[in-house]
Amino acid sequence: MSLTLSYVVIGLSLLVAGYALVLLVRDRLVDNPLFYGSAVLALVLVGQLVGGCVALAQTSRDVEGITFVGYLLTAVLAPPVSIVWGVADKSRWGTGVVVIGMVTVVALQLRLLALWGVGPGGLGGG
Amino acid sequence: MAEPTRSLSSGPGRVLVAVYAVLALSATGRSVVQLVTKGDEAPVAYTLSAVAAVVYIVATVGLARSTPGSRRVAWVAISAELVGVLLVGLLSVVDVTLFDDASVWSDFGQGYGYVPLVLPVLGIAWLLRTRT
Repeated sequence: MSLTLSYVVIGLSLLVAGYALVLLVRDRLVDNPLFYGSAVLALVLVGQLVGGCVALAQTSRDVEGITFVGYLLTAVLAPPVSIVWGVADKSRWGTGVVVIGMVTVVALQLRLLALWGVGPGGLGGG
Repeated sequence: MAEPTRSLSSGPGRVLVAVYAVLALSATGRSVVQLVTKGDEAPVAYTLSAVAAVVYIVATVGLARSTPGSRRVAWVAISAELVGVLLVGLLSVVDVTLFDDASVWSDFGQGYGYVPLVLPVLGIAWLLRTRT
């Protein structure tokens, strides 16, 4: 798995989350920059899904395959689902849902890195 | 937006439902994988995680549907979560040998960033605030 890509995803997610947080504080709805930011992130995550599956097939590391692919898939879904859900709420809290979605992507990246055997343990447990 | 909303799943409630959905999804996915691939290693812990996952799903749906009936369902589910995380959390700290592996509620939800501990408190607060 490309660690660089994972760090890029974390950076992008935090960026989008930060922007969503600004909108939340300013009592604004989900706007176009937030939408496009999430769209870019989703595209990068699709790339990560493909790359991650290829890396999983080629690696000799002991990686929990099902969980690994499950995290990759969930990460791809998080931005679109949170945007659709966020747009549906006509209050500042719509952007709050996007913040949650982005935090989820970061948590998933930390778990992916941990499964791959690198990085800080991140959120784990049962 | 001046009118305070009474709906469970709008406004801040929508964020709450989102967090619940994420937790329900992760707990379900993880416990299913654990039970299927290594269920015999720590059956109690993984079954407990599966039970917790079901409770989170019920709570998510209860909050999201936002009808008087679903509100009662949410009350029961969220109370069960709070009792579950406190009880299992306490047990896992008092007797570390009790569970063979961590469950969602072990160590007061530490493995999930203590979200399982904080969430039911927020859920109950939200149920109280939106009471008509």
